[in-house]
Amino acid sequence: MKDSKANGGNPAKNVHNEQPVFAGKIQSIGLNAWFGTKQALKDINLSVKANSVTAVIGPSGCGKSTLIRCFNRMHELVPGSKMSGQILLDGKNIYDDDIDPVLIRRRVGMVFQKPNPFPTMSIYDNVAAGLKLTGMKKETNLGEIVKQSLERATLWDEVKDDLKKPGTSISGGQQQRLCIARAIALEPEVILMDEPCSALDPIATARIEELIVSLKRDYTVVIVTHNMQQAARVSDLTTFLYLGELIEYGHTKDIFENPKSELTEKYLTGAFG
Amino acid sequence: MIVKMTGDKAFKVVAAIVAASAAIILLVTSYVLVTGSSLVLGRFGFGFLTGTSWNPVVGREAFGVLPYILGTLVTSGIALIIGVPLSLGIAIFLVEMSPKGVRVPLSYLVELLAAVPSVIYGLWGLFVLRFWTQNYIETPINNYLGWIPIFSGTPFGLDIFTAGIILAIMIIPTVASVSREVISAVPNSIREGAYSIGATKWEVIRHWVLSYARSGIFGAVILGLGRAVGETMAVTMVIGNAIGPNAMPTSLFRPGQTLPSLIANGFIESATPLETSAFVGAGLILLLVSLFINVIAHIMVTRVLKVKGGAVE
Amino acid sequence: MSSNYAFRKFKNRLFFFLCLFCVVVAIVPLLSILYEVILRGAPQLSLKFLTANALQGGIGPAIQGTLIMIGLTSVIGIPVGILSGVYLAEFGNNKYASALRTVHNVLTEFPSIVVGITAFSIVVVGIIGTYSPLAGAVALSFILIPIVARTTEESLKLVPDSIREASLALGVHRWRTILSVVLPTARSGLITGTLLAVARIAGETAPLLFTILGNSYFFQGFNQPMDALPIRIFLDSRQPSVEVQAQGWSAALVLILIVLSLSISVRLASRGRFTR
Repeated sequence: MKDSKANGGNPAKNVHNEQPVFAGKIQSIGLNAWFGTKQALKDINLSVKANSVTAVIGPSGCGKSTLIRCFNRMHELVPGSKMSGQILLDGKNIYDDDIDPVLIRRRVGMVFQKPNPFPTMSIYDNVAAGLKLTGMKKETNLGEIVKQSLERATLWDEVKDDLKKPGTSISGGQQQRLCIARAIALEPEVILMDEPCSALDPIATARIEELIVSLKRDYTVVIVTHNMQQAARVSDLTTFLYLGELIEYGHTKDIFENPKSELTEKYLTGAFG
Repeated sequence: MIVKMTGDKAFKVVAAIVAASAAIILLVTSYVLVTGSSLVLGRFGFGFLTGTSWNPVVGREAFGVLPYILGTLVTSGIALIIGVPLSLGIAIFLVEMSPKGVRVPLSYLVELLAAVPSVIYGLWGLFVLRFWTQNYIETPINNYLGWIPIFSGTPFGLDIFTAGIILAIMIIPTVASVSREVISAVPNSIREGAYSIGATKWEVIRHWVLSYARSGIFGAVILGLGRAVGETMAVTMVIGNAIGPNAMPTSLFRPGQTLPSLIANGFIESATPLETSAFVGAGLILLLVSLFINVIAHIMVTRVLKVKGGAVE
Repeated sequence: MSSNYAFRKFKNRLFFFLCLFCVVVAIVPLLSILYEVILRGAPQLSLKFLTANALQGGIGPAIQGTLIMIGLTSVIGIPVGILSGVYLAEFGNNKYASALRTVHNVLTEFPSIVVGITAFSIVVVGIIGTYSPLAGAVALSFILIPIVARTTEESLKLVPDSIREASLALGVHRWRTILSVVLPTARSGLITGTLLAVARIAGETAPLLFTILGNSYFFQGFNQPMDALPIRIFLDSRQPSVEVQAQGWSAALVLILIVLSLSISVRLASRGRFTR
């Protein structure tokens, strides 16, 4: 999982149609995805560096959400969906026949655009839900895990006296941090975030962006965002998708200051949305 | 891991099988009705539908359900004639006219009409409504207009007319609530456009709202008809239990019989296999009529909806 | 021009009062029914009356019978109905499910007397050989199941997909997601729909006429006829004796209390969710 010395430590530039030079924590090889006859992703080769925050940007409809939903095998839950290619998690293809998608989803967690805490459960139960519902009831220190997850999600201090209150009784920003805590409680290796701040106000957004940056210490984070400035703020690496194709991928600083593709430059300067 | 993978599959399969219970109920019911009526249909054939006699005496058997088919249609017809205008008036009042605070309690009351069991409607009809219609409607009409065939006879309250009135009351909740939904679904822009050219409320409703909601209201009416046709207990208790040729609905003020009331009144006492088969045959006809009406309702509503692209069922 | 406007205004007022009149005309029977049931049924009510059997002048067996019918039917019909609704809502995107959905809708429109004939043939004649509470429960289940299935499906469809996605993304199996997340979220709708369906079958008479027949005594076994409030009302109404008729009114009062209190409390509990 190290950068190749031959490239001076940079991930391969413009990896369109080429194999990635180094093995990432999670990577796609020749990934194509369809909704019925409509192709949403075309031959994506993307290698996500471990313990980094990787942003996926691009205009609406470019396939960003589809991409990360392939990473946790949620794409296949859509009726009529298809995919081809491989996705390697620690080098093993998660689409192999002997792999149970349910187990993949425990290793690759997801936070959604609109906060979706379980409405019939308390804050405590929401965080514990992943553990209880996947049969890990025997964790005797469930309370400890809940506390740690909420601390990690910087929500503990705000809710520690209200753990029994319903998960939906807190504000939108707090709910989203609750969802992050819920995902973290399962100790995933990768956390996928699908526009996690787009339904939140600027103050809540800022808090979550801080949180995201701190998460990379323990997890590999992939964040889809339509907000370029957000990508510039929180990510180490950035991928630019356009109409289902991977146009450019590199260190965030390089992409934003010195994009190699004209298309990337046009998008970043707002020529199209 | 194999066990976990099939957990979802097993659940889906079990649920799918349980859901099929509905199909089993349908098939079993059809089977029972068809085989049960084979005796009487084999014996009388089409005459079962056109005959008017009902004679279980061995050696002189005759079974025909024409009076009861007609009785069902006539009572349901009365129910629609009286009940639909009332239901529409209620729906219009609740959607377009009632003040906010009154709307919810009033609509609860109308819905409560649906919660009253049929047998209690029958009880009330038998001991209360029947005297009221006899004294205040039937007798006066009979006195002045008794020479007209449909008003002839000596009214004593247990007849087709009273049955029709009770049915009208019973279909009001159904027709009114569906009409309400349909009328509320008419976009406000239509109303606003009409008001802006100076139309009165009555004109807006009559010329714009109702025509827009026409298909949905029609569907509501057919649904009400379906309910009226299948209604058993209330009708049984007030219709007077006529049988044979006397049951032909020649006058509103004479006793009559519908398909459901025929079965409710006589099935248990049935003496011979042929007579039992006749009752089952009546049940089969009833089911077919009811299904036919409901299929028509669905077709009409969906077809008109496709054309108009308008009101919602 | 102004005289025409006056006429139009008049028509408008007339129309208002016509519609108001319709409302009043519809409410009057409801009030009359309640009034008569209380007036004629209340005098007989006493603890003895509610617990004695028919020969002692009471309606105890009828009340017991109705409770047994509700219990048996619920045990058979509610699980089947809910699981059917779960299948239609959660796995229902295929032709098989569409066909079943149509079948369920057709079944809700079956005349109840036809259900009675069917249960009579199958259970009374075919299986048990005599009138039985089980036959009555089967008949009532035929009515209950499609209703519960339909309301369950509607309630489950109201649960947003984001909740399901959240659970699946945590690596929870589909069946566990349905049972532990989706169903509890739809809980109030499920309870409402089920209770209303139960209230409906509690008042049904026609399916019971040929299956449990009626009885003057308390429950005597699964191979004996049994009484129930709707049957008691019907049979008593046909008796010439005024005392017996009065019993029927009292049975009606008890039945209306059961049914209406179920209906009213359910609607009060879900108030505000469906205002138009």
